[in-house]
Formats: sequence, structure tokens, C-alpha cells
Amino acid sequence: MSNGEFILEMRGITKEFPGVRALDQVTFQVRRGEIHALVGENGAGKSTLMKVLSGFYPHGTYSGDVVFDGAVQRYASIKDSEHAGIAIIYQELALQRYMTIAENIFLGNELCGSPGVIDWNQTYRRTGELLREVGLKLSPATRILDIGVGSQQLVEIAKALSKNARLLILDEPTAALTETESDKLLGILGELKQKGVTCVYISHRLGEVMRIADRITVLRDGRTVTTQDKKDMTEARMITHMVGRDLTQMYPRKEHTPGRTVLHVKNWTVRDPVTDDVKVDDVSFEIRQGEILGIAGLMGAGRTELVMSIFGAWGRRTKGSLTLDGRPLEIGSPHDAIRSGIGLLSEDRKRFGLVLGMDIKENSTLASLRRLSNLGVINKNEEILRSDRYVKELRTKTPTLEQRAGNLSGGNQQKVVIAKWLMTEPKVLFLDEPTRGIDVGAKVEIYNIMNDLVDRGVCVVMISSELPEVLGMSDRILVIHDGKVAGALPRGEANQEKVMHYATGNA
Amino acid sequence: MEITAKDASAQQPEGLGQILLNSIKHNTKQYTMLLALLVIWAIFAIWSDGYFLSNRNLSNLSLQTVTVAIAAIPMVLVIVAGHIDLSVGSVLGFLGAVAAMLMISPRTDFGATTAIAATLGVGLLVGAWHGFWIAYQKVPAFIVTLASQLAFRGLIIGLTGGQTQGLEMAPPSAAANFKLIGQGYVPTLAEGVQAGEFHDTSAFIIVFLILVYWLVSFRQRAARQKYGFTVLPMYAEFLKLLIVSGAILLFTKIWIWYLGIPWSVILVLVLAVIFSFIAGNTRFGRHLYAIGGNPDAARLSGINVARNTFWLFCVMGVMTAVCGIAYTSRLNAATTGAGVNMELDAIASAVIGGTSLMGGEGTIFGALIGALVMSSLDNGMSLQNLDVTWQYVVKGLVLLLAVWVDMLQRKK
Repeated sequence: MSNGEFILEMRGITKEFPGVRALDQVTFQVRRGEIHALVGENGAGKSTLMKVLSGFYPHGTYSGDVVFDGAVQRYASIKDSEHAGIAIIYQELALQRYMTIAENIFLGNELCGSPGVIDWNQTYRRTGELLREVGLKLSPATRILDIGVGSQQLVEIAKALSKNARLLILDEPTAALTETESDKLLGILGELKQKGVTCVYISHRLGEVMRIADRITVLRDGRTVTTQDKKDMTEARMITHMVGRDLTQMYPRKEHTPGRTVLHVKNWTVRDPVTDDVKVDDVSFEIRQGEILGIAGLMGAGRTELVMSIFGAWGRRTKGSLTLDGRPLEIGSPHDAIRSGIGLLSEDRKRFGLVLGMDIKENSTLASLRRLSNLGVINKNEEILRSDRYVKELRTKTPTLEQRAGNLSGGNQQKVVIAKWLMTEPKVLFLDEPTRGIDVGAKVEIYNIMNDLVDRGVCVVMISSELPEVLGMSDRILVIHDGKVAGALPRGEANQEKVMHYATGNA
Repeated sequence: MEITAKDASAQQPEGLGQILLNSIKHNTKQYTMLLALLVIWAIFAIWSDGYFLSNRNLSNLSLQTVTVAIAAIPMVLVIVAGHIDLSVGSVLGFLGAVAAMLMISPRTDFGATTAIAATLGVGLLVGAWHGFWIAYQKVPAFIVTLASQLAFRGLIIGLTGGQTQGLEMAPPSAAANFKLIGQGYVPTLAEGVQAGEFHDTSAFIIVFLILVYWLVSFRQRAARQKYGFTVLPMYAEFLKLLIVSGAILLFTKIWIWYLGIPWSVILVLVLAVIFSFIAGNTRFGRHLYAIGGNPDAARLSGINVARNTFWLFCVMGVMTAVCGIAYTSRLNAATTGAGVNMELDAIASAVIGGTSLMGGEGTIFGALIGALVMSSLDNGMSLQNLDVTWQYVVKGLVLLLAVWVDMLQRKK
């Protein structure tokens, strides 16, 4: 073990896939005890680089050297890198939902008294210690499905700590978290840094990066663009490095003139189908033509439940009334909603938005097959024609329409889902976290699409946990707290402080 | 085995080699399966000094494949939708017995047509029963159909009184007509055509089918051109048609020069075409693939998951009835052991043919090849009087191998 300046040095890493050079002579150096942010657009090579580091791509499948603690490493598998003290926490959490926190933390590393027999007392005691370390006030016996995404993220960190990780890599840890949850997480990372844990932080949220990082490395198109101290960096400069061009207008907002009310939601109440808890409590609001309505609020405030239930995806556990274009509307299923002209882009596009095994064409026509078919027979030529039109219009990057959705990057996947909803020719389109896990360039494209939609007369409702996005794009903002409308702000009056004020329950 | 316009946008004109290469790349799975089947045939041909490939044996082989194929065709859709049907064997045995008893029993005394229609109706009811529990009561298909596997095996014993009910007990005209389905061949125009002689109507049918194939191909080509998509160059289109037609002739000679095309083979081919069309060109089919691929996304895309699932099992029920009828007709009797393990053969055929048990993926064409692989193994090993012990072991290992190869290809 050496005590050099760098805990990790990746030198001249090149990784090729058939036809693509994903990484091209990448250099990446992490100092001992620092928080080092790694930023870049989707497809820039961040995940590939981390997969090289973790041994997911074993030694020999890439060229260049991985030097950890002063010695060249030749990991054959993830197990090897874990053993060396490198822990990666992925975007998609890898926790067993039906197991407890303690079981999850020691999964694969069970604490055993006699060989093969789990020592539960020891397990719970250690878990308790680890949970205190990451600031989670939960019993080690809590099951994962009973806790929120923010807490799950912290459990993942506790799990990494249990393996004595010296280098912690977090891939988009706050993508699914609300502002407060993110704050808490960033705080914990700060504390871990005090205890000597080095951390690589991958994120699209540049504000967070500026807050927490000591140094920042920017990747673009598989190459290292720059590594700089935070004090020499600004958000704008990071964006310039990431996209290779100036993004002067991050939020391409247009002035809209709201028209007539299209959808009127009255006294809307939603209960949880299992626990019967009230998730949305007597909410009333209007959606007007020619505007983007932003819905802000903390995670768990009931925003997703609100729109999912309006869309008919919540079963019959709803009360209240809907009026569309002045006529009362009964929606019993998503099928009804789509026929009435309502679309919903879900926050979880892999689970609710796409059939990953199907190709672009099949995914984008999935909700509008009726329009494409005659007596139940699909006109496949028409299908190709229409889906191709949307691929071009939304600038989805793909070689063919036959590309499987699972092989696309996040931004392009989202465009396929958007195409699916546009094909249904909706009057009202709910977008639940439309830019989650999407790189900066694609985000702007999605904002532009939203503006186009409004110009075409579609009512756009956007839920977002990113405050700058809500403030930047919305004509009107509805803040939800604890299932109720805590405040409604026209664009002119809205600012970060006011929205947070309402979102945290201060009426 | 389709060479389609891969992209609506303009493409570079391609050479023949490139076209072929693309076709192989996009249909690796199908080509691999065909290759595997040919390898198996080659092995048996060498082993049997060529007898395996004789018209007589291959014609028999086609007859032996019929029942499994009829069960495997709808099974593909069931598995694609993320379900399974373990009841096929028992239910087809039961439905075959229903058909037989309707003709045999003096109380009903049905003719063949009425008995068949009634049996299809009962099949629909059995399917609806499964569909009700699976689609609307949300009981896993595995359990619902396992329950039926047990229950219907019992009902067969009840219906037949635990004895083999030969169709010779039925009125001769009904029995004779019914027998045609499983054992009959299309009739000839010329009198007294013997086995091994040219079978005129069969040849006409084949030529007619090839003409239909050409017609459909050119209509599709014209439609694509109307949409402005790139199509194969004319010479390549012709070459493809010629190759496929040649292949069809090569395979169908086994019937033209031996007793003619069996009615049951025509039945299977018609069903295969219909179900391929359902799978690839209808909303119902597309919905099934989406439901199997991601039920949540399917529901949120406005697909009525429960209703589609219900109808899927209704279709499965009717197809099981068809299968039961063909089975009983071939055996010329209803037995208590009819159809035992048939569901496993059907599932194995689908899986060998590339259907994923995870749902969302599978083709009818593949299942037919899978069924041919299974029955070729049976046929070839029986020809050599191989011990039954080893017949089972070999079939099991081939299934394992097929799925393993499929997994390897998927990884790439």
C-alpha cells in the first residue's frame, strides 16, 4: 500500500464495442479523501468507465491501467474490486424488496457464527451501527418495500460501508430524490468524507455537484475533457464542457397565453389501495389550454398518485369529479383516459413506459394501435411511416426503427415514450418527471418538445422534483404537500423559496 | 425468414451478399433452428442408411408431428403473454373423449361434423373457465392449469368409464369421416394411385400455394413501394421467391410421391399461417407481446390486460379441442391415457423454437421447427429401436442444449 496522492488513477483507458469506441484514452485521477464529481452527458462514457473500474468489464477487455492504492489492478469480476475496497452504488437500486434492511446489507456477506449459520444478533447490532453512521433512524428489521427511495439510497451506502469500502462510487444517487432527501444524502457524504471515505459522485444535477465536489472531471464522447478544482468551475462552464457548446438557454421558455379550461379536477381524493391511507386529499384545479402547468412538491407528497389516478391507473379508490371540455368525464382505466384524450408519461419509464424487448416502432405505436388498424389487423406499413415520422420529429438517435427500446440511452428512450403519447393525439398530457436521468442536451430537446406541444394546443402538465426545471418551464405552479394543494403560483410570483415554503407544509 | 424493408428512410442500394448477410443477421435464431433440425436429420439419415429421409418415413413423421404442433402453436402465444398452460394434455384427452362419446353414445348419436362443432364449443368453455380464473381472479396460470391437469384427467376416466372407447363402436359413416382428420389424405383425380406414385391433387395444391405465395409477396412489395420504402432489387426478390419455392417443392415431394398430403398436415399449415398472422399483424397479437414483455407498461398504454388474457385462454381452449380431435382421430379411439405429457412436449417445442419463458418473445414458425425437432427425435430413435430409456434422456438433453444455445446467442 502506498500513500501517494491518488487513491485511484485510471490511465489511458480505451474500451471498444463492436463499431463504437466508448472510451478513448480516458484519464481519471481521484485524490485520497476527496469528493470527486464525474459529469457528462448520457453516452459520454461515465458508466462504461465505472464498469471498467469495477471489473464488470474484466481486465483484458480494455486497454490502459487501473491503479488503485498505487498498484495496477487486474480485476476479473466485480467481486475482486469489492474485495479491494471499491463499492459502486448504481442508479437502479439493487435491493431485495421483501428482505429487511439488515438482510440486504449483509446479503452475500452474511455474518456467521458457525460456518453457514447466520448470527442474527451480530447482524442486527452491526446494521444498527451502520444505520446510525448514515443517519437513518429505522429499525434494522424494516423491510425495503416499506421505506422510500431516499432511505433505500442510504441503505445502499450503509451496505457499501459494511464492506469497508474505501472508494465509494455513486451513480446518479439523487435522481429519484426530492430536494430534502438530496440535502440529507449530501450531508451524509460530507460526514463520510470527514471519516476518510473517498467518493466519486456521478450526477446530472450540476447544482449539487457545485455544492459537494472538491474536484470535477468532465467526460465527453468517451474522452476526458478536463479535471478542475471546484473553485475554477461554474455550472455554465461545466455545461459548456459537457456539450461542447454554449447552452445559453437551459430553459427555452416561451410566453404562452392560457386559453379556456380543458380539464377541471374537482374535490379529487385518492386512497392507497392497500393501506387505505389518503394519498390525495380533496384537490381541485384546472388545466388550461396553451399553458404548462407545473406540479411541485416533495417525494411522497402525492403528486404521482394524483396524476396516475386521473389517468385511471389507480383502480376505483378515487373520489371526486373530472370535467373535460365542459363535459363530465368518467375514467375507469387508462384505456378510458386515452380514448378521452389524456396521456401520462410515467416517472418510471422502464417499468411503466416501455416494453424493453420491443423495438422503437412497436413501442411508439402501442397506445394508438386502434388508429393504425382495420378490423384488428395492423397496417404495418403505416406503422413504419408514422413511427419514423416521430423519430425524425423528436430527433431520436437510432440506426433503425427495429432497435430494441432496451438498447437506447435514457434520453432516446424518453423520446420513444413521448412519441407513443403524441401518437394518441392527446388533449392533456401529464409528464411525470420527464427529464429524470437524462443528459443536459436531451433535456433541452424535451423542453422544446413541450413548448411545441403547447403551441399545438395540447395542455401540458409537468411534475418535477427539480425546482429550477419547474420554475424555468411552468406558466403556473401547483405545489402539493401531504396530498393537498398547498399553494398555486403564477409564474411571475414563483421563486425557489416560495415553492419550498409551500412544499414543506408552511401554508 | 423474412427479408423486410428495415428502415423507412432511404438506404444505400445493397449487393446480393449484403442482402443475404442482413437477412441472416436479423433472423439468426430461425436459421440456427433450421440448421439444428437439418443436422438432426442428417444424423438419422446416416444412421438409418438413408431410410429416415425416404418419402414414406418423412410423410409419417409429418403425421406424427401434427398433434404436438397444434398444441405448440397456441402455446407460443400463451407463453409470449407471460403465462403457461399445463393442462393441454389432460384437456385434449378429455375433449377427444367428448368427441368420441358424442358419436358413440346412442343418446347423442352425433355425426362427425356435429360432434366436432360441439367439441370445439366445449373447448371454448374450458378455455373460458381458465381465462376467468387467470384474467379476472388473478390466480397464476401455473396453478389454474395444474388444477385442470388433475381434474380433467379424472373427467376422462368418468367419461370413458375407464376403458378405451374405439371409434368402431360409433356409426360407420361418422367414424369414417372423423377418421379422415387424423389419418386421411387428400383424394386423387386419377384412379388407383398407389404409394410411391405421382399424387396429382397434392401437386396441384402445392403449386397453387406457391402461386399464392408469389402473389402475396408481390402485393407486399407493391404496398411498400407505395409507401416509398426501400424494397429488395427485383432480381433479389425473384431469387428469394425461387429459393423459397424450391425449398417448398423439395420438402413437399415427400407427400406428392407418397399417398398425398394428409388432411391433418393441411390443418396444421392453415393454423400456423392464421396464428402467425395473429401474432404479427393483429392488435390482439401485439397486445399479447406487450403484456408478456411488460404488463405494467401495457396497462398504462391503454391495453385491457384482463380481457386480452381471457380471450387468449379461450383461443387456447378451442385449439386444445382441435388438438384433441386430431389426436383421437389418429388413434381411432378415446383412451384414458390420451395426451399424457403432451403439454410438456408443446412447451418444449415452443421453447426449442426460441420462445422465451420470460414472456414477450416467440414465433409460431419457431414452434413448428421445435415440434419437428421433437418428433424427429422420436421417429429417428424409434427407427433404430433405441431403448425407450435413452429416447427420454436424449429428448431431455436436446431441450437443455437448445435453450443453452439460445441463451448464448442472446448474450451477444
